[in-house]
Amino acid sequence: MADTIKIRATLEGEITTVKAQIIHVMETGLFKNRTTGELIPAHFIQEVTCAHNGKVLLSAEWGIAVSKNPYIAFSFSGGKKGDAIKLTWLDNQGGTDSIETTIG
Amino acid sequence: MTNPARRSFLRGILAVSVWGLLMALPRMAAAAWPAGAFRHKTVPGALKELLGNANLTTAPDEVKLTVTDLAENGAVVPITIESRLANVDSIIIFVDKNPSALVARFNLAPNVRPFIKTNIKMAETSHVIAVAKSGDKLYSTKKKVKVVLNGCGG
Repeated sequence: MADTIKIRATLEGEITTVKAQIIHVMETGLFKNRTTGELIPAHFIQEVTCAHNGKVLLSAEWGIAVSKNPYIAFSFSGGKKGDAIKLTWLDNQGGTDSIETTIG
Repeated sequence: MTNPARRSFLRGILAVSVWGLLMALPRMAAAAWPAGAFRHKTVPGALKELLGNANLTTAPDEVKLTVTDLAENGAVVPITIESRLANVDSIIIFVDKNPSALVARFNLAPNVRPFIKTNIKMAETSHVIAVAKSGDKLYSTKKKVKVVLNGCGG
């Protein structure tokens, strides 16, 4: 399943640009629930990996200060139309998801 | 000439260090996410913990940071970091007055361009610091961003 990720990889000239948005609360653990007054536990993505034909392009380590529903864009050389791009995320509560697309 | 006492001493050291290595392995595997660095309140503290080095070379021409001067909403501050340096292996983002200064690190393969675009949270008016790491050297640019509505709670 990959309901949490939208991704697009487009080739322009020699450069492939990857744009992705992940649906995630990115809860800091610093906010209080307004009704109960209790702290809302931290729940945020810690690791994001993106691979091209199985080879890691980008690996990111995130803290609580990446915005809710994180967006990321980056670009690389050596990609061809139809190549596989896979993005995976892992959060601090063991949640994970991944998606695969092809360069268009 | 071999001294039996010395041999057995050396064997002892070897056994201890192999044991130590085995004990350390699972912890190394589990410690992929740098929890210690994310706990630091200051940029130098987090950098030292992350890389063992906090010597930043100010390089506004080599590391280009695009971010607004005035953020209405600190919960979503779009930023772009771009560099013309060669061999940038990671891009690191800090906000110096956030509860934890380190925002994110992006490790890049050699064929990935030194360019990252993302959205970050800012707790209050402070500096955004972008660092590009090339080999052992750290190049940085900072920019002050005024925040109207805080994005980190409290």
